[in-house]
Amino acid sequence: MKENAMDNIKISAKNVQVYYADNHAIKDVNVEIEDKTVTAFIGPSGCGKSTFLRCLNRMNDTIDICRVEGDILIEGEDIYDRRVDPVQLRAKVGMVFQKPNPFPKSIYDNVAYGPRIHGLARGKADLDEIVEKSLRSAAIWDEVKDRLDAPGTGLSGGQQQRLCIARAVATAPEVLLMDEPCSALDPIATAQVEELIDELRQNFAVVIVTHSMQQAARVSQKTAFFHLGNLVEYGETNQIFTKPSDPRTESYITGRIG
Amino acid sequence: MSDPVKTSLLTLDARTKKRNAAETRFRMYGLAAIGAGLAMLVLLLVTIFGNGLGAFQQTFVTLNVPLLESKLDKKGERDLAKIKKVSTFGYAQLLSQAMEDALAENGIDSDLKAKKQAALLSKSAAADLRNFVISNTDKIGETVEFTFLANSRVDGYLKNRVTRESIADDKSINAEQLDLVDELVAAGVIKKRFNISFITGADASDQRPEAAGMGVAMMGSFFMMLVVLALALPIGVAASIYLEEFAPKNWITDIIEVNISNLAAVPSIVFGILGLAVFINYMHLPQSAPLVGGLVLTLMTLPTIIISTRASLKSVPPSIRDAALGVGASKMQSVFHHVLPLAAPGILTGTIIGLAQALGETAPLLLIGMIGFIASNAPDSVASGLLDPNSAMPAQIYEWAKRADPAFYERAWGGIIILLAFLITMNTIAVLLRRRFERRW
Repeated sequence: MKENAMDNIKISAKNVQVYYADNHAIKDVNVEIEDKTVTAFIGPSGCGKSTFLRCLNRMNDTIDICRVEGDILIEGEDIYDRRVDPVQLRAKVGMVFQKPNPFPKSIYDNVAYGPRIHGLARGKADLDEIVEKSLRSAAIWDEVKDRLDAPGTGLSGGQQQRLCIARAVATAPEVLLMDEPCSALDPIATAQVEELIDELRQNFAVVIVTHSMQQAARVSQKTAFFHLGNLVEYGETNQIFTKPSDPRTESYITGRIG
Repeated sequence: MSDPVKTSLLTLDARTKKRNAAETRFRMYGLAAIGAGLAMLVLLLVTIFGNGLGAFQQTFVTLNVPLLESKLDKKGERDLAKIKKVSTFGYAQLLSQAMEDALAENGIDSDLKAKKQAALLSKSAAADLRNFVISNTDKIGETVEFTFLANSRVDGYLKNRVTRESIADDKSINAEQLDLVDELVAAGVIKKRFNISFITGADASDQRPEAAGMGVAMMGSFFMMLVVLALALPIGVAASIYLEEFAPKNWITDIIEVNISNLAAVPSIVFGILGLAVFINYMHLPQSAPLVGGLVLTLMTLPTIIISTRASLKSVPPSIRDAALGVGASKMQSVFHHVLPLAAPGILTGTIIGLAQALGETAPLLLIGMIGFIASNAPDSVASGLLDPNSAMPAQIYEWAKRADPAFYERAWGGIIILLAFLITMNTIAVLLRRRFERRW
């Protein structure tokens, strides 16, 4: 199932350090994330997994006191290079947040916003097509196709989160970052979103931060375990959950630290 | 530990009783505080309306005035230049004549001299008549029914402000004249009715309180509000957006922030003297002009607008900003497409409240001379634009309140009613706009 080729590496992080003022939040992380794969970041609260995720599309730039060192390469290009515009980067690296955060606009406008500001559609028909395709790939099209003008905020929590995924997908990203996308959802909605993540793997590199080890085991092929800012262990999900090589990983997945 | 005493839920123990009593007392204090506040409000409104409503009514005298050609245009040429030469003294004679006619027509006998009879009319009556004739020269030779303002003493008598006891020391009216007034009221010549020119008219001199109106001051306030809106809204909103969304958080922005909060608490008269020093003495902008008044009020309103705009920007959930940035919107796109629309109701409310504050501000206007005495209304008036001397509603009220004649006192209260009407309207608009925008989703 896994083609073990070097050119399958989508994101490569080298010696990444992150500081919040004096607090050393990420300590020398090296990781290589593969394309068309779901990679899960797990670890106890405050271990830096979300912080690291937000480095991958430079969302940390909005925090004044945050400082990132080291290299993060997407297909060989350093995203922290001075020539990189974070806005352009974020169109390429989409993000879905912990809490569903649709814009207080119509469902259609939520999805169409990204393509509009990036000029991806050449006309109304083109835009309609992008919106439909995105909503379909987020597995929500059938539920909302008759009410595209209804407010996105009026949907249920699970629908809102899938709408947010559709919104992220609409800008045709290459990488999709998901920061605990199911933590605000009920089990049924969670199952739907997990199923969706598995489908999204066909087209994107998906990186998901999760608190739920079951979820990581269900959706991911690769898992990275973070602890106190260190990347403790990174490998095949099966191997991490069955034969962890580090005692800290073992303690965490057996519930002794968390 | 002693044995636990068996307690019943049906009886209150001492602690609970004490706690309940404290709660009851606190509720009472709260009710008393609200009651006191409401009582003050009712007292205020009753006083304002009790004193001020009279100003919206005025006493008028309706007379048939013979516009004698022999007095106004001896040669019958209808030459405007010559007609204009007839002064108000000439018209005063016509008024006396008209008054005598009215008495004769209604069978009223009066021992008063013609001059005393005509004194029941406003001192502006002759001038009003002259203005009428000058703009209607074709009416010369006819007898025209004309409604004149009554003298303020007559007006006061009908409103019970002037009584037979109170005129003992009053040289401008005597008991016989009041007798005549009674008879004319009975005959329907003197009547009290709604007076639109109190709202639309210009100010009048000390001698003619009955003719004074708020109209010109209203225009002055209107021009000032235009200036405030045109300057304070864009500057305030731009400053807040920059400070809130773009500015780095460092000691310079901290100082700016503290200073804006402090500016909001600076007494308005300080802004007045600043305006006097900078806009008038240094920049040589005209005195008493709504432009200067507007600039001073802009300075005063800016902190209010900035503070409320920043508060409403802050209240937009950060998740919306994240969402916008997450799909690759630039900082500015995220602010203008998503944050600003959500903050708009708050910004609007803050702006309107700021404007309402500015509308009622008096002290700085006194310092920059926004208490111009403008005795005629547009279009003849000198007060027609941003640079012409003018007054403002609160300044006009202050001006009336300090004049000696009690008739002006009534007008000051009436002016306050007009001002309050404006403020209530603005606040209502603020509430409606907020509701409208908030209901969108």
